[in-house]
Amino acid sequence: MIPRYQTILFGVLLAASVVMGVVLWQLRERAHQRLLRGQDSAPTQAPQVAPAEQATLVVASDADNSLLTQVQTLPLPQDPGSRARVILGKLLDLYAAPDSTHPVPGGAASVAQVFLLPAPELGTTLADSARPPQPNGPQLAVVNLTGAFAASHPSGIEAETLTVLSICATLHANLPRVTQVRFLVDGQSRPTLAGHADLTRTYLTTDAIPTEGVHP
Amino acid sequence: MRWTSEALRNRLNRGVLATLLATAATLATAQAPPVPQPPPAPSQPRFLVVLDAAHGGDDPGGHLFDQPEKAFTLALSVRLRSLLGARGIQVLTTRESDVTLDPNRRAGIANHANAQACLSLHATETGSGVHLFASSLPPALPTRFPAWKTAQSAYVTRSLALAGVVNSGLLHAGLTVTLGRTGLPAVDSMTCPAIAVEIAPDRSPGYDPADSFNDPAYQARIAEALAAALLEWKTEARQP
Repeated sequence: MIPRYQTILFGVLLAASVVMGVVLWQLRERAHQRLLRGQDSAPTQAPQVAPAEQATLVVASDADNSLLTQVQTLPLPQDPGSRARVILGKLLDLYAAPDSTHPVPGGAASVAQVFLLPAPELGTTLADSARPPQPNGPQLAVVNLTGAFAASHPSGIEAETLTVLSICATLHANLPRVTQVRFLVDGQSRPTLAGHADLTRTYLTTDAIPTEGVHP
Repeated sequence: MRWTSEALRNRLNRGVLATLLATAATLATAQAPPVPQPPPAPSQPRFLVVLDAAHGGDDPGGHLFDQPEKAFTLALSVRLRSLLGARGIQVLTTRESDVTLDPNRRAGIANHANAQACLSLHATETGSGVHLFASSLPPALPTRFPAWKTAQSAYVTRSLALAGVVNSGLLHAGLTVTLGRTGLPAVDSMTCPAIAVEIAPDRSPGYDPADSFNDPAYQARIAEALAAALLEWKTEARQP
């Protein structure tokens, strides 16, 4: 048998809990409304849309082992690294298209990053390399490709060489300060692209400059 | 006893006379004009070709419709070795079976052989005909201790000449040829005139490209053309 005072005490505590719950809910709602009133959700700045510019793409053709220039208009960011990535993405989109002259699956997503660094002079000594780089000097582009791109790239000397050279030439055509190019795959050095083209060496963009009708 | 001493004196006189005659004969021979001797025949320099069947073992290479690249390159290497042997050309192959060889080992075999031509044999599904590649390294003067990864630099000029001769041979056989330059790890380390030969499908009208790598006639035509070109290269290499 429960004593009467305990029953009354339990009822009072239960009623107090319910009242406190209701009060807390109302306080929460008021705080939420106050936050919403203080937040101005109206747009204060128009979204940035990069202006469309002309970019020169050096497109490979498997049929005659050639590199041909092609001008495309596309929105390009101002940051040189992002700009290089967008341009290479467009080039690889062309290669992934059904009517491509150099079919390579993957598309724009195959270029993870492009880093632009001061280019080391070829044949420099350790003392020379300690000098500060020139502000407008030549640049080394480090192109980081995805592992999926390398894994799905067609195997063959011609196919792999054309991909490498067209990337080098496209970078130089749009960023003339880029004179050297190195390749990474998933951030790591890799011996070859798909079993043939050497990815451990530094490519000179002068080796990949296309001339109409002349093979690389 | 008297007879004995007289006989001894006679013997001594004969000995002195014989010595004088021999000396006179020697002097006469020395003063006579020398008899012209035929000059020694110039020894023919050894002409050796290294055939490097690309890939092998754990590295299958590309896929050629229904066979791995490593099997096709090995078959081509064996066929070409036979044809060159029949033409009196010494051949060294980097592999005779399905074994794994890294690029450094391939270049090491070629460099130890001191060959006059090195062919790296490849195959691909893309393109058509035969692709010839020389190293894209810039030409350099030979040095006593060349860097391993750019050892081909000193031979690039001769490699381009070899590519020209092979190109002529393949065109003469009616094959489609594309010339190019590339960075190929094994070739870049070779200290010999070296080219990469990449066989692509025959895309002639009315011919299924997928049949190219199983067509003995197509393979034989390429191998015969390569053998003829190397024989031409041997002739050119022996000219002063």
